[in-house]
Amino acid sequence: MSWFFAALAAIGRPVTRGLGTLGRLAIFGGEALSHMLRPPFYFKEILQSLLSVGYFSLPVVGMTAIFTGGALALQIYSGGARFNAEAVVPQIVAIGMVRELGPVLVGLMIAARVTSSIAAEIATMKVTEQIDALVTLSTHPMKYLTVPRVLAGLIMVPLLVGIGDIIGILGGYVVGTKSLGFNPAAYLQNTVNFIEARDVISSLIKGAAFGFIATLLGCYHGIHTGRGAQGVGRATKSAVESAAILILAANFLLTSILFSL
Amino acid sequence: MIELKHVHKAFGSNKVLRGVNLTIESGTSMVVIGGSGTGKSICLKSILGLVSPDSGTITLDGKDVTNVRRSERDSFLARFGMLFQGGALFDSLPVWQNVAFRLLRGSLKRPKDEARTIAIEKLRRVGLKKEVADLFPAELSGGMQKRVGLARAIAAEPEIIFFDEPTTGLDPIMSGVINDLIREIVVEMGATAMTITHDMTSVRAIADNVAMLHDGVIQWTGPVAKMDESGDPYLEQFIHGSAEGPIESVR
Repeated sequence: MSWFFAALAAIGRPVTRGLGTLGRLAIFGGEALSHMLRPPFYFKEILQSLLSVGYFSLPVVGMTAIFTGGALALQIYSGGARFNAEAVVPQIVAIGMVRELGPVLVGLMIAARVTSSIAAEIATMKVTEQIDALVTLSTHPMKYLTVPRVLAGLIMVPLLVGIGDIIGILGGYVVGTKSLGFNPAAYLQNTVNFIEARDVISSLIKGAAFGFIATLLGCYHGIHTGRGAQGVGRATKSAVESAAILILAANFLLTSILFSL
Repeated sequence: MIELKHVHKAFGSNKVLRGVNLTIESGTSMVVIGGSGTGKSICLKSILGLVSPDSGTITLDGKDVTNVRRSERDSFLARFGMLFQGGALFDSLPVWQNVAFRLLRGSLKRPKDEARTIAIEKLRRVGLKKEVADLFPAELSGGMQKRVGLARAIAAEPEIIFFDEPTTGLDPIMSGVINDLIREIVVEMGATAMTITHDMTSVRAIADNVAMLHDGVIQWTGPVAKMDESGDPYLEQFIHGSAEGPIESVR
């Protein structure tokens, strides 16, 4: 029988550990949000985070969106041809980018770019005692490190998603008009007519949620890093992995909520 | 006066502090010695509240500070300065902003120009030139980083200063310079100092009183002058650095 219990324990251990982490993460997120509303506010750090999360992510987001939009147009054109529906390219590119691919791909790129750098930076600060030094200098690490970054995620990632949506549609437009023979004016007209306000709003809501997840997980794993260079490496890896998975899970959840309303 | 009474702290099954009793009189310099991993840093961090002890009490001027309330934490910590082992300088900030960190935000906030002037003055105090102020920590040598850390620890003129292994990783000459600086600064400021180290040269240069931490308790404490005739086998083995004695050499 002992092998049976050993097998159960082997399943149970990671499950309880995972649930524990999820609980700690929820508390950490709640604390971050509550600190966001209470002074002191570190405006310089907030501004820096807005720049590094938002502005400096623009090239990556633009590249991701334009190639995805272009590829999407080609796929829909050739896929649609199987049932004589080549003409739907503008509509499907628009809906695909705005409702799904825009937020998800931008979210994942932010996880790769921002989550990793936040986790590595904070973890290094932790292992070199800089976090302890902050505390002894009467500065709350949550306020000084986490709040600016998470706030930047909440504000800037929806903007990036909006920009990504537009650039993605533009990618589809370029491919559609240059190589698939669509009429430029008709392509734009179709796109604009087809997109509804709720598509855009849901896209931005997803952006805010993914921005929150990406920055929060970077901070969380950074603060809870193990020792030494190995600890920093592991913290960064866990941060990106868990941010990506949570973004995809949240995407499913938000999609099912937002479009059932 | 800082007083630790029966302070215990364990990490899982590893009992680091097993009832530490230690008194540091105001205006004196206490040096805590002991081997690596004996809990010296934990002892220091529990006074600052970076680590909360499992049991026991820590008092500062008679007031229990074992678990300082969050609202009082800022003013409590404003009384302390700390030099970290690796310097723990913020590498995203230039040197002068590191030194003036406390003066640029929080309850001790000053105008930026004034904070910069104070930072440059403190840098001068630790033997660093004005030009260093605008460099970043990564551009400095280990000894210079330690000095910047020291300047940051004294920037807000704290009553109590902690030094965590101030000479570890430095060459003997730089160690001597740092030891002299610490002694001068502590005397000059009339501050209470607590240093942890395993460098016996440091001990003789910095200490008024010495305490030896081993196996989670203070094995011996007394004035530095009496250290050599203590008769305590642990302390003697440590001072002479011999492999033979009550302290196991393989840990």
